[in-house]
Amino acid sequence: MHEAVQAGVLGVLTGGVYALMASGQTLIFGVMKVVNLAQGALVILAAFLSHSLFTAWGVDPFLSVLIIAPLMFALGTAVQWLLLRPLHQDDAALLSLLVTFAVALGIEGALTLAYHTDYRTTRPAYVDRSWRIVGYQVGEVRLAAFALSLITLGGLWLLLSRTRFGRSVRATVQNPVAARLLGVETARVAALGFGLGAATAAAAGAVYGMVYSFNPNSHYDLISRLLSVVILGGLGSLGGTVVAALVMGIASSLVGALVSPVWSDFSFFVVLLAVLLLRPQGLFGARLRGAL
Amino acid sequence: MRRWPGRYGRYGRYGPGLAALVALAVLVVFPLAVSAPWLVTIGLFTLMYAALASAWNLVGGYAGYPSLGHAAFFGMGAYAEAIWWTHRTAGSGYGPFWTLPPIGLAVAAVAVPVAWVAMRTRTDVFAIVTITFLFVVQTLAFNLRGLTGGAQGVAMPVAPFAPATFERPFYYAMLALLVLALAMSYGVLHSRLGLALTAVRGDEDKARSVGVPVGAAKLTAFALSVVVTAMAGGVWAYYLSFIYPQFAVDPLLSIGMVLMVFLGGRGTLWGPVLGAFVVAPAQQYLAYRFGASQLYLLAYAALFVVVMLVMPRGALPTLRDRIRRAEARA
Repeated sequence: MHEAVQAGVLGVLTGGVYALMASGQTLIFGVMKVVNLAQGALVILAAFLSHSLFTAWGVDPFLSVLIIAPLMFALGTAVQWLLLRPLHQDDAALLSLLVTFAVALGIEGALTLAYHTDYRTTRPAYVDRSWRIVGYQVGEVRLAAFALSLITLGGLWLLLSRTRFGRSVRATVQNPVAARLLGVETARVAALGFGLGAATAAAAGAVYGMVYSFNPNSHYDLISRLLSVVILGGLGSLGGTVVAALVMGIASSLVGALVSPVWSDFSFFVVLLAVLLLRPQGLFGARLRGAL
Repeated sequence: MRRWPGRYGRYGRYGPGLAALVALAVLVVFPLAVSAPWLVTIGLFTLMYAALASAWNLVGGYAGYPSLGHAAFFGMGAYAEAIWWTHRTAGSGYGPFWTLPPIGLAVAAVAVPVAWVAMRTRTDVFAIVTITFLFVVQTLAFNLRGLTGGAQGVAMPVAPFAPATFERPFYYAMLALLVLALAMSYGVLHSRLGLALTAVRGDEDKARSVGVPVGAAKLTAFALSVVVTAMAGGVWAYYLSFIYPQFAVDPLLSIGMVLMVFLGGRGTLWGPVLGAFVVAPAQQYLAYRFGASQLYLLAYAALFVVVMLVMPRGALPTLRDRIRRAEARA
């Protein structure tokens, strides 16, 4: 029992990181109806940047987010503006999916050139410290990561619900044509929305780099997990994504602790299969789609 | 259905068929005329990719369901072949080729329920589901150690062919698979199945509402496609005689098929072959010369982006349009 609760605690914390990674993906899908297969690669890219900043100049990984996020924002905006916007409209969904896959391959290739394929982890002094809370072990990094996730997600929510930019994003999500008629520059909103999605990868990457070891290939591990989370939550639903990330985090952590770590990844696929069979639109797909 | 436009040239209406026969003859003679084994190896992989791309085109091109998970079926074919022969002797060396058809059918039998679930979703989600399936199969290949040997891989008996002509049987096996894939593709295009698939690609709901058996058409196309893909995996496994999970079930293989089909022209008979004959030799040659996989990743990415932005319909349809327009002007 103790073991299961411990795994559950770990699962919640891990779920927070997944929520952070997947929220960018959901945002991008919501705004542009683009499944971004490069989200995992963006996370890994941010993890490498954060690792380099830490090893070269001793920049704390959590602080490095402040440096990396603008870079990722610029990269995301550029990808959308230069590569996705000019695509033909007839089958934009398919073409943009493949272009984001190409972006993922490009990032992987560039990272392999720059860093080779050996695994690394960002290890600041506090990485192994942990607290005991009513008998359960809670890693400091994981807790801080969870807090960072909450802050980022909260900020994202505020941005979307309380600002003018957020309102135009939501308008674009709900009905691009009507939004354009009312004076929203949907093309610009889409590019900025993509940039925003990429910027969340900065926070996710910095955290990922401390919690897991990674190499340029790691985005393949991430992408299927992120996609499972996003589908379970219902594509385009931010709230659904957070709930789904927690469910998946807990499920995989429990499987890892009680069955075997090699099968913990598998819980993602089993849940995904069940969702597709029982409720293809995901947990919150129908109700919250467009509401974000 | 889609015939070559305008005049048929000096060979009349048999032009395309004759051209295909000549191309086939050249491909048959190629390994006999070329003495350098590495060239035959490049030919072998080019034919493999041409067969894979043609097979992918049945689902991704004609029906408009972009599967990113075909590498999973390739890997299943490879593992089935390797596991079946791992404790047997290859004898004259031709035995392992005869187990390919049953393996292709068996993998297709596994693929049908997968496709049935996956095809409840459309374009982008379908792509997600299939790529996730690919990672499921890869995880299984790593984890089911009793069956697949896990990360250590599976070894097959090495074929007892003479070193100088070692590649030839594999080359011809791949050529046979390409002919099979093209025959399927041709047959589908000139049948009710092809019409049904085109209707599915155009507007699946409307097609269903006027009585097109969309479910059966999609599953048939998927099964045909998987038969060829799995058999190619089997030949590949036998050629290498040693397979590992990360190479047998490789997302790059999936994306390679997609890239070749998009480059050549999806939904056309010859487009995938053209794409494969452009990309695969370049890729093999680069790997042979430089052995640098990161360059090949960057080249893939760049080529992909260029194709999507400049000619999203692929080379053949774009070219065909140009010719048609030039003729109209003349």
